[in-house]
Amino acid sequence: MADLSVPRVSPTGRQRVSRGDEPLFVAFLALVVLVLAVWPLGRLFVEALGTGEGGKSFGLMSEALSSRAFERAFWNTLETSSASVVVSVLLGLPLALAISLFRIGNRVALTFLVLSPLLIPSQIMALAWIELMGSSSPLLGLLGFAQAQGETNPLYSRGGIVWLMGIEHMPLVFLAVRACLTTLPEDLIEAARIGGAGMFRIVTGVLLPLAVPAVVAGASLAFAASVGNFGVPALLGIPGRYPMLTTLIYQRLNGFGPAVIGQVAVLALVLVSMAGVALGLRAIVLRRSAPIDRSGRPLAPFEAGRFHRPLVFALWSVVTLLSVVPLLALLGAALSPAVGVRLGLDSVTLAGFRSTLIDSATVRRAFANSILLSAGAAVATAGIAVLLAYFGTVRRLMVARRVAWFAELPFIVPGTVLALAYILVFLPPLPLIGVSIYGSATILLLAYVARFLALAIGPVQTALASLDPSLDEMGRILGARTFRRIARLIAPLAAPASAAGAILVFMTAFNELTVSALLWSSGVETIGVMVFSLQYEGNSTAAAALSVASIGFVLVLALLVDRLGNRLPSGTLPWRH
Amino acid sequence: MANIRLESVSKRYPDKVAVDNVSFEVPNGSFFALLGPSGCGKTTILRLIAGLERPDAGEIALGARPVAGRGGFVGPEHRGLGMVFQSYALWPHMTVAANIDFGLAGRGLSRADRRRRVHEALDLVGLSAEGARRPHQLSGGQRQRVALARSLAVRPEIILLDEPLANLDAHLRQTMLAEFGRIHAQAKTTFVFVTHDQNEAMALADQVAVMDRGRLQQLAPPEELFARPASPMVARFVGQGRLLAGDVLASGEGTTRFRLDNAEFQVEGRAPVGPGWLCLRARDVQLAKGGGSGERLNGRVVGSRFEGGDHRLTVQVGETGAVGSVDVLSPQRGTIGEAVCLALRGGWVLAREAA
Repeated sequence: MADLSVPRVSPTGRQRVSRGDEPLFVAFLALVVLVLAVWPLGRLFVEALGTGEGGKSFGLMSEALSSRAFERAFWNTLETSSASVVVSVLLGLPLALAISLFRIGNRVALTFLVLSPLLIPSQIMALAWIELMGSSSPLLGLLGFAQAQGETNPLYSRGGIVWLMGIEHMPLVFLAVRACLTTLPEDLIEAARIGGAGMFRIVTGVLLPLAVPAVVAGASLAFAASVGNFGVPALLGIPGRYPMLTTLIYQRLNGFGPAVIGQVAVLALVLVSMAGVALGLRAIVLRRSAPIDRSGRPLAPFEAGRFHRPLVFALWSVVTLLSVVPLLALLGAALSPAVGVRLGLDSVTLAGFRSTLIDSATVRRAFANSILLSAGAAVATAGIAVLLAYFGTVRRLMVARRVAWFAELPFIVPGTVLALAYILVFLPPLPLIGVSIYGSATILLLAYVARFLALAIGPVQTALASLDPSLDEMGRILGARTFRRIARLIAPLAAPASAAGAILVFMTAFNELTVSALLWSSGVETIGVMVFSLQYEGNSTAAAALSVASIGFVLVLALLVDRLGNRLPSGTLPWRH
Repeated sequence: MANIRLESVSKRYPDKVAVDNVSFEVPNGSFFALLGPSGCGKTTILRLIAGLERPDAGEIALGARPVAGRGGFVGPEHRGLGMVFQSYALWPHMTVAANIDFGLAGRGLSRADRRRRVHEALDLVGLSAEGARRPHQLSGGQRQRVALARSLAVRPEIILLDEPLANLDAHLRQTMLAEFGRIHAQAKTTFVFVTHDQNEAMALADQVAVMDRGRLQQLAPPEELFARPASPMVARFVGQGRLLAGDVLASGEGTTRFRLDNAEFQVEGRAPVGPGWLCLRARDVQLAKGGGSGERLNGRVVGSRFEGGDHRLTVQVGETGAVGSVDVLSPQRGTIGEAVCLALRGGWVLAREAA
């Protein structure tokens, strides 16, 4: 056997007193987040608070806020957002209760369908419902309920916006309530049963009161999302002449160009404040709510007994109506020979798909652009997320955690606000190189990275938080520098989670409209922008065909990431619990 | 030359003082144990030596080289140590051989040298055939050996082991105990070893540092720790010692005159005249026949259990229980409440702070 005593290897590196190379990495991350998030958003707020033409302090603000258009859009936004939250709660709360409390087959499939509005961008959702309710509706047509030709689609109204935003944000309420219920300890229920309470009293007396903070938290998120929603008001509100803040910003900027950016910056500030109030309310409710000891055995679902069949039937009907039927209508529109022609078995044609997807060079380019931009954003966000999560969660560096907090800001503010901030900062030529990236693909890529970084950080943080820190410490003891530890130890261990995060980013960015609508330019069209403008031009068959194709693409990706599911820490994928 | 030196080292966390002004030296080549109940600061000391924690005060030196203290701080990457974690910290995405090879990169070794080193390290821990397997395919004991081999391969002067046997079953623990002894002798490396199990510490170490609530209680070879504990905590913690309250009547030359209950004894110990503890273990007393006076202790059986082939009686000394109780071995089961008489064969006297 070898004598291991000589010769010894001297410790790696110079024998120096060192702080290591970590500050360099963290400084780099801080710089990235500063450029992508803090600088643009900060600049926007400074702009909004600036002096207007009159030169008074806050002059810009008082000018913008006193206009009639603003007043109308503000009240419209407040009204529809509040009403849509009611819709979200009325749909999301019963669904969450039913799926969490009762033993039901195919729970994963059901949950996936309930959450599908999260995966389907709001402009496509709006398009689908327009087709469903419109005069040429293939489904209502079959039932004989369709509207007469020439009548206005009933969705082009306040009610339509409320209903669609309500569906679109229902999953936020559902997720909050479900997360609360599935981690409730069983013994709370058992104690109520031993106390003689029946099913009804358990739900109304124990479960619902315990779920109230979650409902309020989910409703606040839904409100913040509604305030910032662009797709629904753009497709329903613009033709219905019902302006909201996001569409007002879009129309002002489209109509008058960057000259009005100061005025719209004020509108953006109002949007952020509205969302901020809702998120602040959520934080207060979550902090104030009585803490529940969640260490016990989690709640096991009940048997529904004789209500089982009606319950299952009702659940699948609601979910099918909300998530499947509109998509079928969309598919029908895509398969119809021309706009306004009612679909029948004899008139089904793939011509719409062919002319949209294959014959149009612009659509092909949009596909390529969206794939490249989303893939670029996915890779970049996954990389930044691994670094941020490593320094914040494994190395527990306070600075890195602060940086990660700032990195999530562009996801919290409405997309319209982020896009505005990017125009403001990146329209002038960049210092040093003297070139403006406005009007190029670069600005879209940077905006996507900023916007969706939070989506990638989440799963990676969850995965690294459950990692045994000694796996990294052992690397340090054996002399591996930061870069080598991240490359050889952390990145492979975080790979499933960062892949899941990257795919989530890809799926979301692929159909993105809100940010793209303000930052795209000719030559760098994206799918979301194409769907919107095709519909705007009145070519709804093409818009439907493109929507169906892009949703199909995203669904395949969702299945792919679901396959990764069993290698991920639980809680990474929203539809798996 | 001292291999590891700690001088007045303290480490505070927001809620507690983990290490409180600790100084000691670990001689080169020794097998050094840090022993104490959980939360006593022993693992923090190990992590301070490794460089995974920074001391708030005091200095640490490895050999002649200061690594923490006034001169600055040397990170674990530059300390050239080996370590075996309680969880083993094997990288699950690498084979056993790749785990061991990881530490060899960037040290100017040729590929062939590295392969030879990996092979030698696996050989030394008796796992030559397992190089291509993944950690999850190994048993607990094998993982333990891989963790040790990974550190041995870089041939450090010091290997730190954090509760290395805690996750193994009792039988395997005995085997690994013997293995550690063999490997330590063969590798001629200083082992610093953290444990809460006094038997592990006593079996392996040539020096044992007993810690309690962040403070170093005693640093001594195992035999001395057992025979001459420096504090009541050490006396209780090591060898299940029982403490009886009494008074030191006279003291000098390592022996004392000690009064307990109403008997007087000549017992070894270093304590000034005044209140004192008499530390007794089961082997220090035996059941005596006949009534108690002079060098005898009277007591009453309060518990009896069968353990290790003998009956172990717990005897409350004196009438009130204010003195304390002691364990004694007996060939027969004891009857609760039975009066017995004990004769002293040994013991150790410590100073006691008056209540």
